[in-house]
Amino acid sequence: MRTLLETRLLPAIVVAVIVVILPYFFPSAYYFRVGALVFIFALAVVGLNLLMGFAGQVSLGHAGFLGIGAYSVVIGPVYFGLPSWLCVFVGATVSGAVAFLVGRPILRLKGHYLAVATLGFGLLVAIVLTNEAGWTGGPDGMSVPRLALFNWQVRGSDSWYWIAGATLVGGFVLALNLMESPTGRALQAIHDSEIAALVLGIDVARKKLTIFVISAMYASVAGSYLALFNGHVTPDIAGFLRSIELVAMVVLGGMGSIVGSLVGAAVLVVLPQALTIFHEYEQALLGFILMVFMIFLRRGIVPSVAATFAGRRK
Amino acid sequence: MAELLQFVFSGLTVGAIYALVALGFTLIYKASDIINFAQGEFVMLGGMTTVFVTLAGVSLPLAALIAIIVTTAIGLALHRFAIEPARGASPVALIMITIGASIFLRGVAQIIFDRRFHSLPSLFGGDPIKFGGAAILPQSLVVLASAMVIVTLLWLFIDRTLLGKAVIATAANRLAARLIGVDTRRIVDFSFAVSAAIGAIAGVLITPIALTSYDVGTLLALKGFAAAMLGGIGSALGAVVGGLLIGLFEAFAAGYLSSNYKDAVAFLIILVVLVSIPQGLFGRAKIERV
Repeated sequence: MRTLLETRLLPAIVVAVIVVILPYFFPSAYYFRVGALVFIFALAVVGLNLLMGFAGQVSLGHAGFLGIGAYSVVIGPVYFGLPSWLCVFVGATVSGAVAFLVGRPILRLKGHYLAVATLGFGLLVAIVLTNEAGWTGGPDGMSVPRLALFNWQVRGSDSWYWIAGATLVGGFVLALNLMESPTGRALQAIHDSEIAALVLGIDVARKKLTIFVISAMYASVAGSYLALFNGHVTPDIAGFLRSIELVAMVVLGGMGSIVGSLVGAAVLVVLPQALTIFHEYEQALLGFILMVFMIFLRRGIVPSVAATFAGRRK
Repeated sequence: MAELLQFVFSGLTVGAIYALVALGFTLIYKASDIINFAQGEFVMLGGMTTVFVTLAGVSLPLAALIAIIVTTAIGLALHRFAIEPARGASPVALIMITIGASIFLRGVAQIIFDRRFHSLPSLFGGDPIKFGGAAILPQSLVVLASAMVIVTLLWLFIDRTLLGKAVIATAANRLAARLIGVDTRRIVDFSFAVSAAIGAIAGVLITPIALTSYDVGTLLALKGFAAAMLGGIGSALGAVVGGLLIGLFEAFAAGYLSSNYKDAVAFLIILVVLVSIPQGLFGRAKIERV
């Protein structure tokens, strides 16, 4: 038991337990839907958190990869007759390749310059998806063929809840292991000081590129799931507001906190759903709550709460 | 030739607005190192408030003045009630606060105003002036002239007044500025107020040409941010040049290629420029100390 609690995979185990236990408290199928959405977004946020929280590189265009993943599971099955599950992998590969090509030049940029470059990339993806109507259905989007695994047609929210939950646990394990690997430690060194890392003999450019590719693949898989789950996809999925939403989830949950990724995603998925009862006040309230959270929990929910508890114990 | 002239004029008009937004970004960044993504909302508030105050029967110039004052007050409030309490937070957290503020302002705007598009009458009528075969809206000239006046005034102010020198001192080194007796909090207050006012003026100026609605702020903030970065963040000259360039890129791309891809072309050029000049056109390269 002791070793289990001290293992680095503890967060993944906790998430697995949450995924399994949560449905016992769900009064209706609607909650499975919200749960599935939380897990899907959390997956993308874990990836982005690796890039932002650990490597210290900002991306304001990550929804672009969400978009590539989403449209892969449309274009693949519809135009090439590929099975949807295969297209999830194809999408991730394409996203990784795009991230590799784009990342090489733009990751040399720093801070706000990197932010504007990634923002530009995300916008380019969204613009292409909007305008290449022959392939993507244009601004109205396309309906997504259902996922079929062997002879099982995946459609219900509860099925997606389990698929997304399982994938998220896998994503956690991968991320946690990665952080403890030499690459992970090198990334944290880069976060603290690029020059110092360089002097220590770390191939800064290559490590940054590696993590950019990995985080793009996380986002891509999440995008594919989102499209398959919703059954419809529009270019909004790659839009600037989506990118901002992902960054907000990372920062709100806590940069550099893998568990924070889930918390951030949960808050920003559940909150708008809960706020719909306020009708026209929804947006104002969302903005207000976001401000209040960031003012009072400036390091993000999980690190701030953890610090409070650590302080009390002393 | 006439076509080219037409594109240049429409590009410069939009570009002047981007330049004003970028100037707002630059001013706040200089004083406080914060990228204020609510900058676009100032433009929206300027335009929308003017529209609704004129609908209430107030004359256009007075309505514009009211809008500018209201927006300036909101800019000040943003600093006092959202940025100031979070002093010491990480840059990303501060950016998130300004993004929260922009969502908040947009949400409030759609409650107080409405969700429709609005326009304002142009000061000098809507009949285009013929010039070298191109048709130029009188309002375009108003936009360009006003932008020039604002930039000049701002420059004179920063360069010639004591408060302006204090802004420069704060931008150069906040701690040192405080040590020699500059009230840096007031300087940041001031930068938020002026940025908001400039944004509001941009909103009043562009509304007769481009329409306004509660959600125009996001795109303007994006373009303004991109312009500031293209010019090199922290450089006022860079902000103006960056804004005008993006306006021109867009106009040429829309005219000669396809209007669907005008934003794509603008951002593609920004990417190429930044990759070749990582600190922007007029920015200074930052040297990292270890």
